[in-house]
Amino acid sequence: MPSPLATPPTEKSSRYSDTTEATRSLSRMRRLTLRISYAEKKDRFFRNGLLLAGLTILCLVIAIFLTLVIGSIPSFRATGIHFFWGKVWDPVTGVFGALPFLIGTLLTSFLALLISIPFSISIALFLGEYFPPGKGKNRLAGLVQEAVELIAGIPSVIYGFWGLFVLVPIVRNIETQWHVLPYGVGIFTASLILAIMIIPYAASLSREIISLVPDELKEAAYSLGATHWEVIRYIVLPYARTGIFAGILLSLGRALGETMAVTMVIGNTSAIPTSIFSPGNTLASVIANEFTEAANETYLSALIELGLVLFVVTTLIHLIGKRVIRQFSTT
Amino acid sequence: MERPILEVKDFHAWFGTHEVVRNVNLSLHRNRVIAVMGPSGCGKTTFLRCINRMHELTPGARTEGQILLEGEDIYRMSPIMLRLRVGMVFQRPNPFPHMTIYENVLAGYLLNNIKLNRNDKEAIVESSLRKAALWEEVKDNLKKKGTFLSGGQQQRLCIARAIAMKPDILLLDEPTSALDPISTAGIEELLQELKKNYTLILVTHNMQQAARVSDDTAFFYMGELVEFAPTRQLFTAPQDQRTQNYITGRFS
Repeated sequence: MPSPLATPPTEKSSRYSDTTEATRSLSRMRRLTLRISYAEKKDRFFRNGLLLAGLTILCLVIAIFLTLVIGSIPSFRATGIHFFWGKVWDPVTGVFGALPFLIGTLLTSFLALLISIPFSISIALFLGEYFPPGKGKNRLAGLVQEAVELIAGIPSVIYGFWGLFVLVPIVRNIETQWHVLPYGVGIFTASLILAIMIIPYAASLSREIISLVPDELKEAAYSLGATHWEVIRYIVLPYARTGIFAGILLSLGRALGETMAVTMVIGNTSAIPTSIFSPGNTLASVIANEFTEAANETYLSALIELGLVLFVVTTLIHLIGKRVIRQFSTT
Repeated sequence: MERPILEVKDFHAWFGTHEVVRNVNLSLHRNRVIAVMGPSGCGKTTFLRCINRMHELTPGARTEGQILLEGEDIYRMSPIMLRLRVGMVFQRPNPFPHMTIYENVLAGYLLNNIKLNRNDKEAIVESSLRKAALWEEVKDNLKKKGTFLSGGQQQRLCIARAIAMKPDILLLDEPTSALDPISTAGIEELLQELKKNYTLILVTHNMQQAARVSDDTAFFYMGELVEFAPTRQLFTAPQDQRTQNYITGRFS
């Protein structure tokens, strides 16, 4: 394959082909200079291309943010700052308050996190420490790993279906036994579904980090008379905590924004949830549910403003998480 | 003569089907530095790791024969108990990066869930660091992370961590191979101090080091213990042709 660098100099060289010895060496110099300047041009071109890709992403984020802000202006004119802590969402009378959905979003996400953390860390330890797949005859571990990756790939509408047909009846049974109103759908069911959906994110990142803990540290601990559990408790987990936290944060981000599966099982009520069993709504599920029904400009704008709130919440949590990670990794 | 602290009888070790240590017989005595030397791949490190059963962490490892620690078969003991009595220092300094110097010295107690009161802790930290010749250098920085120290200091911290558990035997797996000459000299000097309280088994591929620091030397070749003798005797009048060849530099 001819080098692309060589093309322009060969054109030039044909022009100098029948000149004297002195000019020939001169032409060789010129060819070289040309080639270098061409290479430099290519380098600059490549660099600018990369810069363009980076700037595009930056512009996109800013553009999305601006779209949300501009779209929210009518709603902000109508409701003002009260929008953010208004407890009532009633499109018929034109009262728009985001608080029930903000609470619904945070409640489902953190509850899901709480449910999923023990599982994701256990899976990460199982795969990263006890049964590393690929080594020896750990067929089971390989299957578990496949399953974890598969869970991440299932479309969320399928989770919604499964939740509706399997989880909802189970939760309804529990509610009957505990003598709370047996809706079946609600915050708790949504959290369960979310928990299952986000396990792979925390689990695979944590597993990666756990298998990166240097063997020499583990050996040092064993040589001091530690058992496998003690090595995990005092060496592996403290060493890997930053990565595990990052994984949890990733899964939280996923939980905050998840729309479809949540919408299908949360019950879609615009009241502030009174318990974890009551039906509710999240920012994302309200937008998905009511977007097609938004009859007037203020209603539509209020939904866009909910989107803005969701955007800000996820950004804030992302930033806080970054800060915590930095603090962890320096100490 | 007193009873040997460690006796090895007809000992073999395998990884899978590969026999790494063949039929070793050996008696080691208290308060001496025993060097285990030989070319790379001769089984010396594997042999060392069999003494505190660290080789068991590698899948497919298997042994035959006996190792007796003060007359007790180590393969009938709990590995935890054994490792508390036989400490280990590794090739590369490996202080725990998330712990301070103070916590590193006490790591063995933390790892075994042994609770100590503050006074005991401080006494153990000071005496272990003193024995490892590190106290004077770090006594004002005990709350700093162990990884801030230089390589030689880190290795001495690892020695302090091992002797904090008051073992009978200290295994050293090429403890100076990752260190500069000055740190190496410091560690070698320290070994002479340590043998007053402990029995040291030092794996080295460096003949000069074996000659400098050890009282007895075991020469391993192709998994076999070729010769075991007081160091001076082994280096001046080797009995086996292979030992002769090795110390005169015919192979390394």
